[in-house]
Amino acid sequence: MKTPIYLDNHATTPVDPRVLDAMLPYFTTHFGNAASRNHEFGWVAEQAVDKARKQIADLIGANSKEIIFTSGATESDNLAIKGIAEMYAEKGNHIITAATEHKAVLDTCKKLEKNGYRVTYLPVKGDGLIDLDMLRESITDKTILVTIMYANNEIGVLQPVAEIGKICRERGVLFHTDGVQAVGKVPVDVNRDNIDLMSMSAHKMYGPKGVGALYVRRKAPRVQLTAQMDGGGHERGMRSGTLNVTGIVGLGEACEICRKEMPEESKRLQYLRDKLRNRLESELDEIYLNGSWEHRLPNSLNLSFAYVEGESLLMGINDVAVSSGSACTSATLEPSYVLKALGLGDDIAHSSIRFGIGRFNTEEEIDYVADKLVNVVRKLRELSPLYEMAKEGIDLSKVAWVRD
Amino acid sequence: MAYSDKVLDHYNNPRNVGSLDKNSPDVGTGMVGAPECGDVMKLQIKVNDANGLIEEAKFKTFGCGSAIASSSLATEWLKGKTVDEALAIKNTDIVNELSLPPVKIHCSVLAEDAIKAAISDYRAKQTKKVGAEQTVA
Repeated sequence: MKTPIYLDNHATTPVDPRVLDAMLPYFTTHFGNAASRNHEFGWVAEQAVDKARKQIADLIGANSKEIIFTSGATESDNLAIKGIAEMYAEKGNHIITAATEHKAVLDTCKKLEKNGYRVTYLPVKGDGLIDLDMLRESITDKTILVTIMYANNEIGVLQPVAEIGKICRERGVLFHTDGVQAVGKVPVDVNRDNIDLMSMSAHKMYGPKGVGALYVRRKAPRVQLTAQMDGGGHERGMRSGTLNVTGIVGLGEACEICRKEMPEESKRLQYLRDKLRNRLESELDEIYLNGSWEHRLPNSLNLSFAYVEGESLLMGINDVAVSSGSACTSATLEPSYVLKALGLGDDIAHSSIRFGIGRFNTEEEIDYVADKLVNVVRKLRELSPLYEMAKEGIDLSKVAWVRD
Repeated sequence: MAYSDKVLDHYNNPRNVGSLDKNSPDVGTGMVGAPECGDVMKLQIKVNDANGLIEEAKFKTFGCGSAIASSSLATEWLKGKTVDEALAIKNTDIVNELSLPPVKIHCSVLAEDAIKAAISDYRAKQTKKVGAEQTVA
């Protein structure tokens, strides 16, 4: 077993060697511009792009023509939300999203608010899911778009996307979902779920960084959007710019591997995740799960280790790559807004760790991480005045803290 | 974030971890910070009545590695000092010794606050003790 161990697969994933093999010829031998219509080099590149389009479409139950290539999910989110807002401005100016969305969605919405749009940020329940009744009540005749993520990047919870899609369809409102964490991990079907637009990224599913896609529904309803990048009119005029052929080939291959291996892979990842949780919970007290257990990605675990600060925990497991909801490293010292949206106190948010298990993790690695965490948490609790006070029976919420 | 060797050393081998009897008249206790801020430091000193020197210092800290290191270092420095000498310890001394980056300066400030709080608690107890003795006399 080699260290460091990578357990931060929600941040990014390594490129699968099979994906890399598929990409390599397109850097050198087949370097053509997919938009060159009058020679062999262009045709070969275009064929590769078409194949990738089909591979992506097949993974999400879409048609090839509904896939628009972008530089990644941040661009896809921007294009979807701003593109819809601009295109349907005459119909209305209201957008609905949720408090736990990725910044690519939240900051795009905030930008639109400055330009006169109205945005509703739905709160989430303690399990991280939105309240569907609240969504229904928030839709007005001015609502043009609902944008709610498929799976959350910090806590891994799956929103009730099929129900959201159904509500949006009934009310004649377009539905965009940020599918970055979900596509390739759980079965996604844009027709079953009534999704009109969906953002995807290659590097979260063992493809390369710098390439993503936006699914844009062509039929029932035909979704139109205003391009946010002007130029040669590529991608049905929705996204100009020479196609990143190698990246696109990688994204396509990554999607095909996910589609074929998902049933097996998700079982294996879930086994590893459950083992990690069970071991930690059986050997340590006062561990709290963040987010719904039932509605969750198979590879995702977010735990708070009470009375231990997240960054010091990461320091003690420095040969394991994970993330913490503690923002002690950031200038603001604010803990994760996602965890706070669940109603967690700042103290327990500071104590959280996100584990993202991936295709290349082994059971041996999971055992190693569990052993190491148990030791470090015990050591830090020995050091923790809060743990000492809690054990003495002091109610920490009633202590008059000296805040600096 | 990269930690300095000294921060890592204090994190891996924290000095003087533990608690002293907070009800004892020669023990001063300082507890600063708040859980929701991500840092709580408890620092205690025990002062020798005869020579006025701090003979024991203990800490417990909930916080990042730099907060743990700052309080661990503070206990090392406190031992053998008089209370007045201890009051002269500045957060910048801790920053320099541990090579703390700008985002971690608040950890050193908290350690200085903890020292001051412990001394102030000790002095309050002493004043009360003197007051009590005078009343008896």
